[in-house]
Amino acid sequence: MSILINKDTKVIVQGITGRDGAFHTSKMKAYGTNIVGGISPGKAGQQVEGIPVFNTVEDAVKATGANASVIFVPAPFAGDAIMEASYAGIELVVCITEHVPVQDMIRVMPVLEKHGTKLIGANCPGLITPGECLIGILPSMIFKPGNVGLISRSGTLTYEVVNMLTESGLGQTTCVGIGGDSVSGLYFIDLLEMYENDPKTDAVVVIGEIGGDAEEQAAKFIKEKMTKPVVAFIAGQSAPPGKRMGHAGAIISSGAGTAEEKVKAFNAAGVPVAKEPSEIPGLIKEKLGK
Amino acid sequence: MKIHEYQARDLFRKYGIPVPEGELCHSVDEVKKKISDKDKLRVVKAQVLVGGRGKAGGVKLATTKAEAIEKAKQILGMEIKGITVEKILVADAVDIEKEFYVGLINDRNTKSVMLMASAEGGVEIEEVAKTSPEKIIKMPIDPTMGLMDWQARKVALQLFGDPKQVRQAAAILVKLYQLYIETDSSLAEINPLVLTPDKQVLAIDGKMNFDDNALFRQREIIAMREADENEKKELEANAKGLSYIKLDGNIGCMVNGAGLAMATMDMIKLYGGDPANFLDIGGSSNPQKVIDAMNILLSDKNVKSVMINIFGGITRCDDVARGLVAALQEIKTDIPIVIRLSGTNAKEGLEIIEQTGLPVVKTMSEAAKKAIELSKK
Repeated sequence: MSILINKDTKVIVQGITGRDGAFHTSKMKAYGTNIVGGISPGKAGQQVEGIPVFNTVEDAVKATGANASVIFVPAPFAGDAIMEASYAGIELVVCITEHVPVQDMIRVMPVLEKHGTKLIGANCPGLITPGECLIGILPSMIFKPGNVGLISRSGTLTYEVVNMLTESGLGQTTCVGIGGDSVSGLYFIDLLEMYENDPKTDAVVVIGEIGGDAEEQAAKFIKEKMTKPVVAFIAGQSAPPGKRMGHAGAIISSGAGTAEEKVKAFNAAGVPVAKEPSEIPGLIKEKLGK
Repeated sequence: MKIHEYQARDLFRKYGIPVPEGELCHSVDEVKKKISDKDKLRVVKAQVLVGGRGKAGGVKLATTKAEAIEKAKQILGMEIKGITVEKILVADAVDIEKEFYVGLINDRNTKSVMLMASAEGGVEIEEVAKTSPEKIIKMPIDPTMGLMDWQARKVALQLFGDPKQVRQAAAILVKLYQLYIETDSSLAEINPLVLTPDKQVLAIDGKMNFDDNALFRQREIIAMREADENEKKELEANAKGLSYIKLDGNIGCMVNGAGLAMATMDMIKLYGGDPANFLDIGGSSNPQKVIDAMNILLSDKNVKSVMINIFGGITRCDDVARGLVAALQEIKTDIPIVIRLSGTNAKEGLEIIEQTGLPVVKTMSEAAKKAIELSKK
């Protein structure tokens, strides 16, 4: 088992003929992801990496039965691409594109709700169920199947932590990069609930950062609803207030969204917070009684 | 992106939100020329992009024209949080019966634009939010409908008693929302929105921020950009595909990925050092990016050592190592550098760098300790 994606997930790539789209399509395909089609308006009938290209998501869904989509189209068109996928009945949309305008993401939300579409991102590295399915740009070689789930607002920091988990013998069920924007799709609580209900996941790593109060809400959820152990790390302890630290959502505004508050909330919920990433595998092992 | 108060006022006026008369001035001469000879109560306000200008003495009242000129002399050229005041707004001061706060933000939790209002105007709304959150009215706005009249009225009714004022305030809210959406704003505040003794509702002070990701479709807004020195450096870095923020410490950091860059700064702090910057070079091994990044790092004269922290994912460590070596050979500097490489093909990457004699380590903690040690030499 896993969450969101597995070997049966049928994936289409929106923006498959672009440079990044084509490159990562080949990586995903090589990993074994079942890529059934790509979208590039006006290029129907062509092939990329042996994968058929369609003009619209609707055409691709009709022809292939795709149920997941990954988006590589440029930022000005990403919101539109998410909506197209949602209208076409795609269940899971993963938007890799960064720098998507916030108002575009806000306009997307009611559409997703209407069609029951799940969104990961935007501005995220995607997700992976090791050994089964990779959707996005994650470096697949550092992942290994196992029983730890991981949710992260960051990209490379995730790879850093996953690499440490794998090297210390802790494989993963599914790892999800939820992205660094302020208005995004699925977030900590949505995914924690899925991990709690996934029989294969025994523990979860949450990698948060400054900005917003999603970590505090996650801490509350963990305390009230979760039976499985969770370990956290918060990036940005040394970040100054009022400055956006790379990610659009990583900003301490008027004293709110500090790392200190988040660490406090996790500690109050019985969630140990690693002082540095290298402590994470040890904390997980401790929780799992290994 | 932030704009000045006078620019926000211009936008308010363009959208039909009433503001008191005022003139933007860059010099005392301009004040003499631009404002009328009539003696009346005026307010002289420093135009700087930092908060707390009132406390710093950047806002002063004047009862006569002569006094306004005197206050302008005092404020022009003064320093507020390290920023020199180059512009002032000389505006008519209005009598105030009551002050309110209204604002729009992009709300992470409801994933919508949130209208906020409070009868506690004129103060830091964040303070009100902390101490008495019940005093803030919140209304999430459905993006498919926009702010509807009844919603604006519902909020205005909680602030004003008289139906005429409710209508005036509701109209202002609807216009503010229209302005917010059409300019891809990320924050639009009127603080305070005031009721005058002659029962007019006016916007006295305004603040607007804009979504950097949407500037590509906001030419008029980009044209309003007036970056200060630190921002100029950050924008210059952005133009080169780098994300840079100057901090006060002495250990320069160069990292791939924003989360890892933050974690690197944290690590330096954890081991007793002080990071000089946040710098995310993104996910490529392009030597030019490393050269650009080093140049920006080393332009900060506080920097005593540099920690390069790279996790090779899709971009393999050996490629990154070749890029680093090429870049570092081009940049001649006496500042000691420590490199940490991990991830895909780390072993090959480490070997390539070792051959150049630069200190290279495998873990973040080692690198942080080493960089701190080098910074003290």
